[in-house]
Amino acid sequence: MMKSRTISLSLLLMAALAGLAFAQNAGISSGYPTPKNGFTDSQQRGHGLYLRYCVYCHGVYGDGNGDNAQFLDPRPRDFTAATFKCRSTPTGTLPLDSDLIHTLIRGIETTNMPSWRPLSDENRQDLVAYIKTFSDRWKTEKPGDPIKIPPEPAVTIESIKHGHELFEKMECWKCHGQQGHGDGPSASTLTDSKDQPIRPYNFAAAHNDARFKCGVTNEDLYRIFMTGVDGTPMPSFADVIQPNDAWDLVHFLRTLQIDRRSKENDVLKSAGGPSILKTAEPKAENTVPAESDRQVSHAGH
Amino acid sequence: MRTKQLLVALLTLLLCPCLLFAGTVSGKVTYTGTPAKPKPIDMSKEPTCAKQHATPVTTETVVTGPNNALANVVVYISAGAPDEGQVPAQAVTFEQKGCQYIPHVLAMHTGQELKVVNDDQTSHNIHPLAKINREWNKSQPPGTPPISEKYDKEEFIPVKCNVHPWMHGYFAVLKTSHYDVSKDDGAFKLPNLPPGKYTITAWQEDYGTQTADVTITGNETKDVNFTFKAKPY
Repeated sequence: MMKSRTISLSLLLMAALAGLAFAQNAGISSGYPTPKNGFTDSQQRGHGLYLRYCVYCHGVYGDGNGDNAQFLDPRPRDFTAATFKCRSTPTGTLPLDSDLIHTLIRGIETTNMPSWRPLSDENRQDLVAYIKTFSDRWKTEKPGDPIKIPPEPAVTIESIKHGHELFEKMECWKCHGQQGHGDGPSASTLTDSKDQPIRPYNFAAAHNDARFKCGVTNEDLYRIFMTGVDGTPMPSFADVIQPNDAWDLVHFLRTLQIDRRSKENDVLKSAGGPSILKTAEPKAENTVPAESDRQVSHAGH
Repeated sequence: MRTKQLLVALLTLLLCPCLLFAGTVSGKVTYTGTPAKPKPIDMSKEPTCAKQHATPVTTETVVTGPNNALANVVVYISAGAPDEGQVPAQAVTFEQKGCQYIPHVLAMHTGQELKVVNDDQTSHNIHPLAKINREWNKSQPPGTPPISEKYDKEEFIPVKCNVHPWMHGYFAVLKTSHYDVSKDDGAFKLPNLPPGKYTITAWQEDYGTQTADVTITGNETKDVNFTFKAKPY
């Protein structure tokens, strides 16, 4: 028979554990039952989530200077600048909430930003609400109008050839290289907007699974070069490529992912393979990649 | 005859609004010490630009002239200016030529239209690294129309082209229309100032800023000079 003191202590312990369990299930607490600093409920919940999941990279002030940041390349996003890589809105404009939520779900390929898919939809919305408190731009500006993407036309060899012409004419190869390896003449000197060295996307990097920084699909690729990757050297081509021509460029770019099973690669193969795409021979002064360039281009994938 | 000429002169003076805002601040920007030697720029990665320059161009971080003159210094009224709201109707032009920015420092009013023009045979991307204004980045292949933009807030914005890493320039976006950018002789002039107390600021991209206070009482020309201490490297 147990002593009454043991029983009451056990009951107390069970209550405490139950209470703890309840607290966990009720969601992440930010420590303040009522919102502080004029935050909405959503922002307050987002604050708690941020302190749990984000602060070690993105920092207490949201400026990308968390404790881990010094070990990361590229550095974490600085939310105080309100400049975002992955948007459906034009360069220089604020993204839509859905852009930020998609970034949370996908993570950012080739960086240390993981996928936060396991969080709930409400968690992600709260996080987006909170990170907006880091910059006053969200108070004074509206997000840009998302770019209009026409329906994708069929993948044909003409489309791929035209895309190749655009690739040459827009001089994408200057950074991305003729094979899209990220080893063009300007690649080794590229820096992002915080003066950190950065490499262009290498289309032949992964194998069958090649993902882009801001997505996976043809439509994502379209959006990337039409809105630009803000904060990096990648500019927007929205003013200089017609919306329908942009699909041709997408089809050509997919053929640079030579190991990927895709309609584009099939069409190119049955038309004779990459050799049918004539590249204007670059002048001798342009083509010699420095030894260091080639070494760097294989690092860090 | 003389009376008639006198009357015409008097009428012209009366009608001329410049009589009301006739104060001027002018002077020279110079340096002391020895500035770092400008380095030659290697444009071999862009042959279409390299061949436009008989001798290699040099870096433009510090551009000097005879008698220790300092060029590309933005001199403007930072306090006391009467017309901060007036946005000029005409655009200012920023040209990309020979893989250089012309002018190296472009001053403009907030809200004024900025036109960026590519006169080269190569693609450039125009990437102003604004921190207070929006940061945007647009590609501009040869033969495409000018890019039109404007900035709403006062800021000195470094401009670069990612494709050609030696290209550097500045946008000086100012709240006032009383500004000038010194040329190779280091001279600047701020005319049409009504009477008042003003703070004049001189900005050089590497040497920082200096200020001077000046009071205009009528139509006089006040002489204000700025001297920057050159950095040896």
